[in-house]
Amino acid sequence: MSGIRHLYVHIPFCASRCDYCDFVSLTGRADQHSRYVEALLAELELERERPTPELETVYLGGGTPSYLEPEALRRLLEGLPAAGELSVEANPETVTTGLAELLVEAGVNRVSLGAQSFQPRLLEVLGRHAGPDDIHRAIEILREAGVDNISLDLLYGIPGQSRDDLGADLDQALALAPEHLSCYELEAKPGTRFAHAHGAELPEQADAVEDHLELVVERLTASGYRWYETANFARFEPERDLRSVHNLGYWRGHDYLGIGIGAVSTAGDLRWRNAPSLSRYLQALETGKEPPRETEALDEATKLRERLMLGLRLDEPVAIAEVEPVLDRGALTRLSDLGLVKVEGGLMTLSTRGRMLGGAVCAELIVWPDETLAA
Amino acid sequence: MDQTKIRNFSIIAHIDHGKSTLADRILELTHAVSKRDMREQVLDSMDLERERGITIKAQAVRVQWKGHELNLIDTPGHVDFTYEVSRSLQACEGALLVVDAAQGIEAQTLANAYLAIENNLEIVPVLNKIDLPQADPEGTAIEVAHLLGDAPEHVLAISAKTGEGVEAVLDAVIERIHAPAGDMSTPPRALVFDSSYDQYRGVVAFVRMIDGSFSRREALKAMALGTEFEPEEIGFFGPSMSPVEKLEAGEVGYLVTGLKDVAKLRVGDTITTVARPAREPLPGYKDVKPMVFAGLFPTDSDAYPELREALEKLKLNDAALLYEPETSQALGFGFRCGFLGLLHMEIVRERLEREFDLDLLVTAPNVAYRVKMQGGAELEVHNPAEMPSDREEVLEPYIKATVIVPKEFVGSVMELCNDRRGRFDHMEYLSEQRVMLIYELPLGEIVLDFYDQLKSRTRGYASFDYDLSGFRAGDLVRVDVLVGGEPVDALSLILHRDGAYDTGRQLVEKLREEIPRQMFDVPIQAAIGSRVIARETVKAKRKDVIAKCYGGDISRKRKLLEKQKKGKKRMKQVGSVEVPQEAFLAVLKLDGGKK
Repeated sequence: MSGIRHLYVHIPFCASRCDYCDFVSLTGRADQHSRYVEALLAELELERERPTPELETVYLGGGTPSYLEPEALRRLLEGLPAAGELSVEANPETVTTGLAELLVEAGVNRVSLGAQSFQPRLLEVLGRHAGPDDIHRAIEILREAGVDNISLDLLYGIPGQSRDDLGADLDQALALAPEHLSCYELEAKPGTRFAHAHGAELPEQADAVEDHLELVVERLTASGYRWYETANFARFEPERDLRSVHNLGYWRGHDYLGIGIGAVSTAGDLRWRNAPSLSRYLQALETGKEPPRETEALDEATKLRERLMLGLRLDEPVAIAEVEPVLDRGALTRLSDLGLVKVEGGLMTLSTRGRMLGGAVCAELIVWPDETLAA
Repeated sequence: MDQTKIRNFSIIAHIDHGKSTLADRILELTHAVSKRDMREQVLDSMDLERERGITIKAQAVRVQWKGHELNLIDTPGHVDFTYEVSRSLQACEGALLVVDAAQGIEAQTLANAYLAIENNLEIVPVLNKIDLPQADPEGTAIEVAHLLGDAPEHVLAISAKTGEGVEAVLDAVIERIHAPAGDMSTPPRALVFDSSYDQYRGVVAFVRMIDGSFSRREALKAMALGTEFEPEEIGFFGPSMSPVEKLEAGEVGYLVTGLKDVAKLRVGDTITTVARPAREPLPGYKDVKPMVFAGLFPTDSDAYPELREALEKLKLNDAALLYEPETSQALGFGFRCGFLGLLHMEIVRERLEREFDLDLLVTAPNVAYRVKMQGGAELEVHNPAEMPSDREEVLEPYIKATVIVPKEFVGSVMELCNDRRGRFDHMEYLSEQRVMLIYELPLGEIVLDFYDQLKSRTRGYASFDYDLSGFRAGDLVRVDVLVGGEPVDALSLILHRDGAYDTGRQLVEKLREEIPRQMFDVPIQAAIGSRVIARETVKAKRKDVIAKCYGGDISRKRKLLEKQKKGKKRMKQVGSVEVPQEAFLAVLKLDGGKK
């Protein structure tokens, strides 16, 4: 079972927790960064049979990877196998010249910055500590250090954010000419402080922000970005493909190994998630044991359903023959009559509207476990 | 049994005036039921009845009091069950008219009293709840005496709750109500005033012996239908089933017929013996036709056979229920059911859901229409979708409605009745405070949300009853609803032309709210024939996709999509539009009806 080409490394530590965050994250604990890094490397060692010797991608996500103690971060990056694309997520306020140099020296060639918005008022609603100036400064520093592939995260649907506010955010982001942009609708995930404070407002404003994705797509595609995945945009460049190779791996159904607390791996017919507890993770790996995990068996049909669900998020086609066993042909005809799915030469892709409605479209197209196929 | 020692009587009352409590007290006092076994309201054996505090099935219990055999025949207490009340009354010589001493006469008090008078019953007026601080026994006694043309001193005052005065009620039953006067020498005749179905023993008929006698194992015959049977057991309710060898003229009891097919023994029929048959059946029992109709559909179309079976079983106990198969393009296979009224409909629906564990979709109710065709033919239409277009004239049922309200609400009741095409007949002050209003109204205007409107406009103070007063021609039109260009049969309505535009507009507006946005625009239209009278559009969704989906999210996102699809499964498909079941009830949710 070897051959995994993508490695995800979860860094749970943050300076503070953003109100809307439902990722596995921990504040403070600077004293444990080194222990955690050793544990990560130990987990990687346990799984050494799985990845190919030459990885395509390594992705450090969080949490806030850039918040790691510099020594711990350096140790981690040195300990990880080499890869064609080495991405690190960073928060603008954590970016210093020192950090940028450390990253570049360690071979990091892509940095994803959590900008979210350029408006102090909205950043405050989100409970973010960076201001617009931090974002500008961070990019300047990274550019200076030689990072030539920067991605910005933006959020829409923030309570109080008008369509014009979003337009202004997009303009400001574009002015920075990032190689890549990720734009997400804010979700109030149950249990977050944010859901507690704003949960009631979000459904009410759902209608109001319904056309925000349209605005994002229009503005970014008109500015030379490729809408290559539902929430992701890559700048067109003649020489380089600026799409996130790591994330493309997920959407194309590749296997991946995830290490760290809360990280998910998928390999063959198995998916597992490490338990989110830091102490149990450390304890297990420090005694040479596998960390506590939850596993899920993936049968062939489930994998095909995911293949379809993920593949259609992209602007590239999915082969009908490949997903045939879980494809509702009647739905396909219906949806293509509605102009939501385009079928050509045994391949299907979603139209622009189809992608906006991608969830509903996939729910229809897929034959679910206890459904019988209508003729 | 010597007939002079028998008394057969009913208790009639407005809902909640204490009929069942009085029945309980009588059973207790006559030791028919020991205090320990006393469940509250023994006679109402169905859960639903106990919960709603109303009696649905009539039952008969025999008790002993001072050397007499008293048969208490319980009657339903609601407007919809006038027919059942009348059947039970026909089996009696007298009735206790129970009136809440705090509330006074209500609409059903009047309806029941008139019904008893029509049946030549001796009425014993009883004021109940005199233990309540707000009771006004003197004032109410005058009201009741006035109604019956009796002396106020004749009105008994009791508290069924505490038992005060109940013995005097039993004494009055013996003193004031006539003994039955059946003929023991003529061929036997018994009246079936109710029946129930026992899954092991078949149809159990509740009978009042009018003339002659029946013995166990004697060959009997139902005169109207010609059904012959030998009862396995005959007996009376004491209140549990107590077998006897013989039922004689004047007595009330049951026959375990052994019949497995309820259609073979109809309530209202006369039973006689095969050996010595009576020449004439007993008079008076008319076949009451359901006036309110609605489609009943299983929400899960696989449950159709269960629904049919459940209706068959209910019909055993509910002579008034009518059903015929119906196929709706939108809702699939179901039944068009006929009911006596809205409460009857509600009870049937609840029993189907509760006792038979069915999940039902009940369409908006409509009334029975008599249609005269251009060729001269006549037909009865129970379903708006079946209203023919080449009709000459449509007749709709009218009612004479009695509304009793405190005087400050007279204005709002009149306004409501006028909005519903009502014709004012007259108005009467029952007391200084309370007014009785008589209106003629089309039944079709009542079945939608008249009760709710009446209650909310009078803060719950109005009481309401009605009698069918006949059929009359009306300028009626069929309003069809089209969803995504497809006519939805289950949403068709018959409306008066004057109100059709307004109601059509409100209906499409309501549907626009009820139908979730789809992946395409969905026009919703109301039309009379080919003329569209109202139109709304459910705008297409513009976004329905989960923004974020990476390695850690895949399982959860997959499950969300699966759930999304399951949610759609619960909807009904109209063309390519998914319509939630609730939308078919949109017409019931039009606020306030016409303005």
